[in-house]
Amino acid sequence: MSLELVVSNIYKSYDSKSVLRDCSFSFRKGETHVIMGHNGSGKSTFLRICALLEAPDKGEVNYLSGSNILRKDIVLKRRMTLLLPGVGVFNATAFKNVAYGLRIRAIKREEIVERVNRILEFVGLIHKKNQNALTLSSGEIQRIGIARAMVIEPEILFLDEPTASVDQENTEIIEDIILKMRKEGKPIIITTHDKVQAERLADRLLIMQNGKIIS
Amino acid sequence: MNSIIDGFIKSFSLIINLDKELLGIIFLSLNVSGTALVISTLIGVPAGTIIGLKRFPGRGFIISLLNTFMGLPPVVVGLFVYLLLSRSGPLGFMGLLYTPSAMVAAQTVLAFPIVASLCHSAIVNVNPIIKQASVTLGATPYQVATTIVREVRYGILSGIIAGFGRVMAEVGAILIVGGNIAGYTRVMTTTIALETDKGNFELALALGIILLIISFLINILLHIIQRKGRLKTAI
Repeated sequence: MSLELVVSNIYKSYDSKSVLRDCSFSFRKGETHVIMGHNGSGKSTFLRICALLEAPDKGEVNYLSGSNILRKDIVLKRRMTLLLPGVGVFNATAFKNVAYGLRIRAIKREEIVERVNRILEFVGLIHKKNQNALTLSSGEIQRIGIARAMVIEPEILFLDEPTASVDQENTEIIEDIILKMRKEGKPIIITTHDKVQAERLADRLLIMQNGKIIS
Repeated sequence: MNSIIDGFIKSFSLIINLDKELLGIIFLSLNVSGTALVISTLIGVPAGTIIGLKRFPGRGFIISLLNTFMGLPPVVVGLFVYLLLSRSGPLGFMGLLYTPSAMVAAQTVLAFPIVASLCHSAIVNVNPIIKQASVTLGATPYQVATTIVREVRYGILSGIIAGFGRVMAEVGAILIVGGNIAGYTRVMTTTIALETDKGNFELALALGIILLIISFLINILLHIIQRKGRLKTAI
């Protein structure tokens, strides 16, 4: 059964500085949600809380399957993934980086090879599969990050500023990948501070300002 | 001067002719230090990893203790291990004093803080995004830990090699707990000390040269590993 995300009235502060204030959100299946806001508006924190990487100080984040509220355990966490702004590639080949999520799920070797090759083809990096990921350009690293997230076929994919700090050419490639995923009905939640990009990618656009979702 | 040159010539002859006594001493040294290193690594790497990754009360104290123990004088370690293993000591019933096992125990105590401390340093210096990335991809806490250990493998290897260098070169601890018994607990460093005292420089020099070569090889290996690690993280 598919996964639904409901966020209700969450608050978050760091060192008594309020970052999120009374944020609520309901994720609609099969849509690309874009959260837009300036730097420091709280969108990354919001995404990290939605992806269960952090807990809110107040409020609730619930994942539902039908009418059941799911436990926030490793089984649930493995049904989603978040691509961090810096990606965080491992000191290994591009292939091994993308294979990571499958390897820790104890997927068979033949299936890993098949799925990783397919996804590397999809993001246009199959020719670099044996290259150490740390030697790739920032745009290519971002695409490795997307491939690494997509290969585990998450039921919800969170992308935190996927095109920040990459050049125009790679931005276009990454946007194309996101649009292809959108066409395939993959549920995605993206943060960006680029208004044009937000309008291009979004089925549903949320705007954050000073820690609140204002529309 | 002539006696030094003569000593060198005779020592090279011992090395070239693969003298049986010389080989026995080298083999025992490598065996004792190698075993101590394996034990230190098996305990030190998980200990360094846990201290590096987990936050718990007393963590700072343990880190300070490990750093202090990195510079422990070998004779002090020898003394404590001697007291533990002596007939009236708490582990005296095991009858380990003046055996290679006692020497392994003393060298393990010496190498463990180096391996654990350098492993901890490597782990705390890893980019936090690596840990977060593995969590977001669905790794369990154990898988996160193994991922980080793999990331800092060059730093950990450097710690293990530094530990080996420390135990191979030490003389105080093994002299106290091993007793320097010929053919049983006599290793390279204790033989050098004894033969020098006796004025028998050939064997002492031969072992000194071999010890220097081992030290040199360890340093080259350390340099290669550090360079490889630096290159991969710098790109």
